[in-house]
Amino acid sequence: MYPTTYHKPASLSDAAAALSASDEAMVLAGGQTLLPTMKQRLASPSALVDIRAIPELRGITVSGATVTIGAATTHAEVAGHHGVQQTIPALACLAAGIGDPAVRHMGTIGGSVANNDPAADYPAAVLGLGATVVTNTREIAADDFFEGMFATALDEGEIITAIRFEAPKRAAYMKFRNPASRYAIVGVFVAETDAGARVAVTGAGADGVFRHSGMEAALSASFAPEAIDGCEVGEGDMASDIHASAAYRAHLVTVMARRAVAGAV
Amino acid sequence: MTKVTMTVNGRPQTRDVPDTTLLSDFLREELRLTGTHVGCDTSQCGACVVHVDGRAVKACTALAVALDGAEVTTIEGIAQGKELHPMQTAFNDHHGLQCGFCTPGMIMTGIDMVERYKASGLPLTEEAIRHELEGNICRCTGYHNIVRAIEDAAQKMQAAPAAAAE
Ligand SMILES: Cc1cc2nc3c(=O)[nH]c(=O)nc-3n(C[C@H](O)[C@H](O)[C@H](O)COP(=O)(O)OP(=O)(O)OC[C@H]3O[C@@H](n4cnc5c(N)ncnc54)[C@H](O)[C@@H]3O)c2cc1C
Ligand code: FES
Ligand code: FES
Repeated sequence: MYPTTYHKPASLSDAAAALSASDEAMVLAGGQTLLPTMKQRLASPSALVDIRAIPELRGITVSGATVTIGAATTHAEVAGHHGVQQTIPALACLAAGIGDPAVRHMGTIGGSVANNDPAADYPAAVLGLGATVVTNTREIAADDFFEGMFATALDEGEIITAIRFEAPKRAAYMKFRNPASRYAIVGVFVAETDAGARVAVTGAGADGVFRHSGMEAALSASFAPEAIDGCEVGEGDMASDIHASAAYRAHLVTVMARRAVAGAV
Repeated sequence: MTKVTMTVNGRPQTRDVPDTTLLSDFLREELRLTGTHVGCDTSQCGACVVHVDGRAVKACTALAVALDGAEVTTIEGIAQGKELHPMQTAFNDHHGLQCGFCTPGMIMTGIDMVERYKASGLPLTEEAIRHELEGNICRCTGYHNIVRAIEDAAQKMQAAPAAAAE
């Protein structure tokens, strides 16, 4: 690891100040992505600004159909939260399937969303539920947030403070996991909402998480597994690597989507 | 350098360490508690699992400076004097190890899962144990005896009040 200096501000304004004080400063949340990346010397932040001591970034509030999750809330906290389990069970279930117990005890929703790994789980829920990413300066709709693999609409030094979800009528997330890394080879989040169906796909796309408009139209007309039988998933847009070819991924998108629709609660 | 104080296995420990010091290095190099193993450089093997404030975490993927004030329990801290923790006894009884490299992490993960399932009231089935062990890699045993050991320890720990070491 390259040397760095560690800061643990107690307020959001101090965190923003610490981030702007140093050119290559980075936010540190659970560290489950950033620390391994630093160990491999793929990241060399001049300063680490740990946001876990900022009270308003932690915790979950459920008010009616709205679930607001502080950015520094861990995957284990989301998975085990009674209000999330009741209001958006698909979200609690997704969080329970991230990595392994030790990763879930440390990793945070804000870190996962900010990182936008093309195989990460949370981006599928955020996009599939049309959630809102709240930062220290503004609110960003999920549709405007994800900008291709590892890229987001976040500005330099901008801090995610919370993610706000509206409960759908029903939803589910189905992941075909890579058994070694536990990340998604293909993960599909489907949701039936008042404004129609949403389908977000992670792991598969050559350019990160994406919505499938064909499946959304079909499921808006009829929210049933058979509805997507005729939908095309273009191989050309799929990622291809040692784990799975583009054709295999394209096939899995339909399989996972059907299972998600069948399992939606 | 930053001054860090943690309670490790019940004893307060203070050291001046570089900000990049991993918890695994703090334990092994500074405190000479070498029971916490480091098996990979990618946060995937789980050999380094310890308990921080009662939760299993990978010591190789946490900074010591971030844990100022934390309570840490390592494999060295779970026996009561000469009496092994029920999880340690069960690994012995069921031959849940061969080379032993993964064992400290397996045992700390095992205790964590048993305590969590106990608190939630959910049954710790064989399937659940296998799912919970996804972050712990063993190159020797083929896992069967590890699963048996955790099943056995879970029954014994079920009878006892919450682990004294926590
Ligand atoms: C063994 C292993 C298995 C895993 N398996 C999965 C899996 O199956 N599915 C999955 O989705 N993920 C998986 N992960 C990743 C895990 O979910 C991480 O916790 C997550 O990607 C990053 O969250 P973090 O809190 O650890 O962030 P960090 O590692 O601390 O930070 C990640 C990045 O986000 C930035 N950041 C963090 N918080 C904020 C914020 N609030 N505002 C702005 N920027 C911020 C940081 O600067 C950094 O660039 C796995 C990780 C490991 C080590
Ligand atoms: S040494 Fe920590 S996970 Fe491998
Ligand atoms: S006993 Fe050798 S790695 Fe598990």
